Amino acid sequence: MTRLLSLQGVTKRFGNLVANDGIDLGLKRGEILALLGENGAGKTTLMNILFGHYVAEEGTIAVAGPSGSLDPLPPGSPRAALTAGIGMVHQHFALAESLTVIENVVLGTERLLAPWLKLRAARRKLERLMAESGLAIAPDARVSTLSVGEKQRVEILKVLYRDARILVLDEPTAVLTPQEVVGLFAVLRRLAGAGLGIVFISHKLGEVLAIADRVAVLRHGRKVADQPIGEADRRSLAALMVGHEVAHSRREQREPGDVLLALDRVTVRPEKGRVGLQEASLEVRAGEIFGIAGVSGNGQAALAGIVAGTAAAGAGTLTLAGERVTRPSPRAMNDAGVARIPEDRHRDGIVGSLSVAENMALETLGSPEVRRTGFLRFERMREQAREAIAAYDIRCSGPGAPIRLLSGGNIQKVILARVLDRNPRVILANQPTRGLDVGAAAEVHRRLLEARSRGAGVILISEDLDELLALCDRIAVIARGRLTRAEPVETLTRERIGLLMAGHAEDEVA
Amino acid sequence: MIRFEPRTEAAPALRVAAPVASISAALALAAVPLAAAGAPILTAFRLMGEGAAGSIFALTETLTRATPLILTGLAAAVAFRARLYNIGAEGQLYAGALAAVAVGSGAVEAPPAVLVPLILAAAALAGALLMLGPALLKVRLGIDEVVTTLLLNFVVLLFVQMMLEGPLKDPMGGGWPQSEPVTEAGMLPPLVERMRLHAGLLVALSASLLAQVVLSRTVLGLKIKAVGENPDAARFVGIGVAGVTAAVAVISGGLAGIAGASEVAGLKGYLTSDLSRGFGYAGIVVAMLAGLQPLACVPTAVFIAAVFVGADTMSRTLGVSSYIADLIVALSLLCALVSGLFARFRVRWS
Amino acid sequence: MLEGLLDILASASFWAAAVRIATPLMFGVLGALICERAGVLNLGIEGIFTAGAMAGWLTVYLGGSLWAGVAVAALTGAAFGFVHALLTVPLGLSQHVTGIGVTLLATSLSYFTYRIYLPNVATPPRIAPFQPIAVPGLSDLPFVGPALFQQTPLTYFAVALFGLAGFVLTRTPVGLAVRAVGENPAAVEAQGLSVHAIRIGAVVAGSAVMALGGAFLTMAAFNAFFFEMTNGRGWICIALTVFASWRPGKALLGALLFGAFDAFQLRLQHHLGAVVPGQVFLMLPYLLSIAALIAIARRADYPKALMIPYFKGQR
Repeated sequence: MTRLLSLQGVTKRFGNLVANDGIDLGLKRGEILALLGENGAGKTTLMNILFGHYVAEEGTIAVAGPSGSLDPLPPGSPRAALTAGIGMVHQHFALAESLTVIENVVLGTERLLAPWLKLRAARRKLERLMAESGLAIAPDARVSTLSVGEKQRVEILKVLYRDARILVLDEPTAVLTPQEVVGLFAVLRRLAGAGLGIVFISHKLGEVLAIADRVAVLRHGRKVADQPIGEADRRSLAALMVGHEVAHSRREQREPGDVLLALDRVTVRPEKGRVGLQEASLEVRAGEIFGIAGVSGNGQAALAGIVAGTAAAGAGTLTLAGERVTRPSPRAMNDAGVARIPEDRHRDGIVGSLSVAENMALETLGSPEVRRTGFLRFERMREQAREAIAAYDIRCSGPGAPIRLLSGGNIQKVILARVLDRNPRVILANQPTRGLDVGAAAEVHRRLLEARSRGAGVILISEDLDELLALCDRIAVIARGRLTRAEPVETLTRERIGLLMAGHAEDEVA
Repeated sequence: MIRFEPRTEAAPALRVAAPVASISAALALAAVPLAAAGAPILTAFRLMGEGAAGSIFALTETLTRATPLILTGLAAAVAFRARLYNIGAEGQLYAGALAAVAVGSGAVEAPPAVLVPLILAAAALAGALLMLGPALLKVRLGIDEVVTTLLLNFVVLLFVQMMLEGPLKDPMGGGWPQSEPVTEAGMLPPLVERMRLHAGLLVALSASLLAQVVLSRTVLGLKIKAVGENPDAARFVGIGVAGVTAAVAVISGGLAGIAGASEVAGLKGYLTSDLSRGFGYAGIVVAMLAGLQPLACVPTAVFIAAVFVGADTMSRTLGVSSYIADLIVALSLLCALVSGLFARFRVRWS
Repeated sequence: MLEGLLDILASASFWAAAVRIATPLMFGVLGALICERAGVLNLGIEGIFTAGAMAGWLTVYLGGSLWAGVAVAALTGAAFGFVHALLTVPLGLSQHVTGIGVTLLATSLSYFTYRIYLPNVATPPRIAPFQPIAVPGLSDLPFVGPALFQQTPLTYFAVALFGLAGFVLTRTPVGLAVRAVGENPAAVEAQGLSVHAIRIGAVVAGSAVMALGGAFLTMAAFNAFFFEMTNGRGWICIALTVFASWRPGKALLGALLFGAFDAFQLRLQHHLGAVVPGQVFLMLPYLLSIAALIAIARRADYPKALMIPYFKGQR
């Protein structure tokens, strides 16, 4: 019996939202199954149910036991999943940064009340696994000192250490350079060859076609396809993922205008394990979208911080419309006409318990529109909110609705309305479509292109190469805190960008 | 497994039900130690009720006790709203009392219309400055303000004792460590003949109204709420978090300082080192029961005051320790925390 | 005057006093450290000190043995710790406010209970406290002997607990789980362990240790229970925990240093009491704690999940 896993009729609801709707899924030994779908399709939810983080409302899960027959899996318990041989490599690594690699691997594997940790035996087992799988890492290294790719190796080793027979990887390539992805795929094929069943969650078509034996497509919580990879191609998969043709905004040719914002050899010191910025230079002109490509964690946060006014440069200058910015602050950048769309909209963009109208007014609290002798002008704020709700098609119960009730896409629209309504000259868009469904993302793209047509300069920081290639006039690549020269998008290929992302010097790459 | 689902609407009925449920639960739980002390429970509660509100005297006593509690409650409510955990109201109260006595016991000659506001202002300034220190340490150095404000309470109390045994000692006080009395021109006038209730209550009520207006209708109030709930977002959108924190510290410390002035210049007339019996800490309970809403601090302060005044009476009659009042107050705080949770979330079992 | 100061430092009795004064702080800091390594700030410490002091004393007053008193004190601390843990871990309520609430609860309950047994007494009755025990051999060493090795059993117990805690935290599965849960609860849950169970366990254990600090006050230091006897020691312990960067070795050192400072300040009062008011000296411990916090600020190695509640399935 080669069946490892069988999900039948799994349904999961969050309030009114049906995240998974009657999903059936199977996995065989030695098979790499890709779970494909857009953001919000329900892939991670389904795997979280498998691993016991969530409990499904309906449906059963059965896992092959040692005898080979399928036994039901007790729901809602990561421990049960681990015992049944299921291991999960989470999208946001489940590692304790201040502990060592071996401590993270050993955590939870021994009886809690045992008198001491059997580290020597653990070390031997870990070394054997590293040799078998091809994943190398120093067991006594503190996790906080590891690179992202190395941390992912620890996550995989953790799972192998627990003798997993089913390996689930949640968007594992999101944090890897194209070259690291190749390395990961080699490891996965090796593991599959050894008899493991692998579930690979992704929203990237190219990778799915490269690695999977079979692909299951989820859309809006339902499984819409389940076929061997040989029967699938890019177009059919894309159509299945999205369900309909989405009108992608077309970028029309424009002559860029004056330089609106410039960084000249700006350096930001790295701190607390985050990559800083080293002598970064760029120029954004009116009427262009300037893209910054790169795997997250390579200095984008520092760069965004400089433009947003939340970080101070250790060296170098920031100029706005020809004038040096001597004392950067979010307020100063705002007042100077720089609109900022934050990377993490919940942490940096909104105050959850306040209303839509109040959130919209947060950046303009000093303006006479909003305040009179210290008091808030509620009527005017509500009116402004109503206008934005209509213009951006924001789904909410009204200007007074607490903003935390809105969906991610609608929250992003509120933020867009807030920053774009003041006709900014420069827009910093930091991962603006992350976590949004295709419709919401298309809206964001439309607004950015609109701003570009009106003569604004847009800095688009994104991990999504498709997005960058579609929208940008010029693209620079950031790797390990260094920014390459920007090149016109027509002269760039995916491969070249990938190599630059991996840190190869510009002149090395043809 | 417990699961919390955020409630989509904050039903106004829940806002009132929560403190009522907390108070009822606290009183019910207090029956256990009462029984352990051998007291007849229903009698005890009845006596507490009578002691708090059973006569004009009782009522005025309760309101008199509520006066400083409203102010320290407001101090906590405003600060906690901005996520500035001011546990130092006790010390700020004493600082205010010290300032009141320094200004009001003869150093300044002025008619009441000038002297009384001057005393209150001096007290507010003293309390505000005291709170500014921990606030700046938090903003600049990330030092938890709970520990610093708590430690400062002890420092301030020792300082007050030092002053009362030294420069501020009343030479005609019979040798006791107490300050010279506030002059007549500086005293807050009484509100009811032959009772101890004084105009400090009016100051407290005005303060709560003012605080409510600031929090709900001004730009500063919106900034305070933003900083309190999400300081990262507040910083990103350009709200000066340090400035807002400093403003909140000044307001909070100032309110507690005024509480001290009210006790000295309204109730006792002079300063001793036992001026406050935990008013600062009780203020935290007042604020939590009120859901951090300034106006709601008035009824919750009256409740806490009633508990203390009623327990004093009950204690004299039944011989049960009046610490039962502190116990009820402590239970109220914990119950307020739990009921606040239920007001914001629906609890699901699975 | 410098001679006078050096005389103080050179006397063995000074160091013996320093260790004695440091003992309640040792228990407090260790208990706080255990709670905070697991990610929970326990501001109930001041109340738990009081409760431990009262419960231990009362047990002996009512006829129990000293060690029975110690056990009752620990259980009392554990009980209040459980209340704190229940509110902050599965319910995720504010750790700051819950801690203050637990302090108020434990303190008022202690005072009330004390008054049930002794309704009218003005002078608190005394009990026969722990006597100092000389460690055979070591106590005969010159200077170091009388200084360090003639302490009450509770002091030796405190030092032993530090050793035990250090071992458990670094070399046992449960210690590893406690450290991990304070850094990244998601990592712990992903390995099949219960975040809530580990946190609750750590808080209960830490609170039991805290209570022993209070028990020391009544059963070895002062022999009787006074109102307000803890006098802010709990808060000082919280500051010391930060100062020690949550490491047991540094915490023990910090407690000893602080005890030495406090002993020094007391003796200084004798010398300078005529010139400087006593209150100035009494202020010094609190001011020193604040200074310690300022000194370590921004460099402290916080357990990353400290004060952040964790709910299952949070991704």
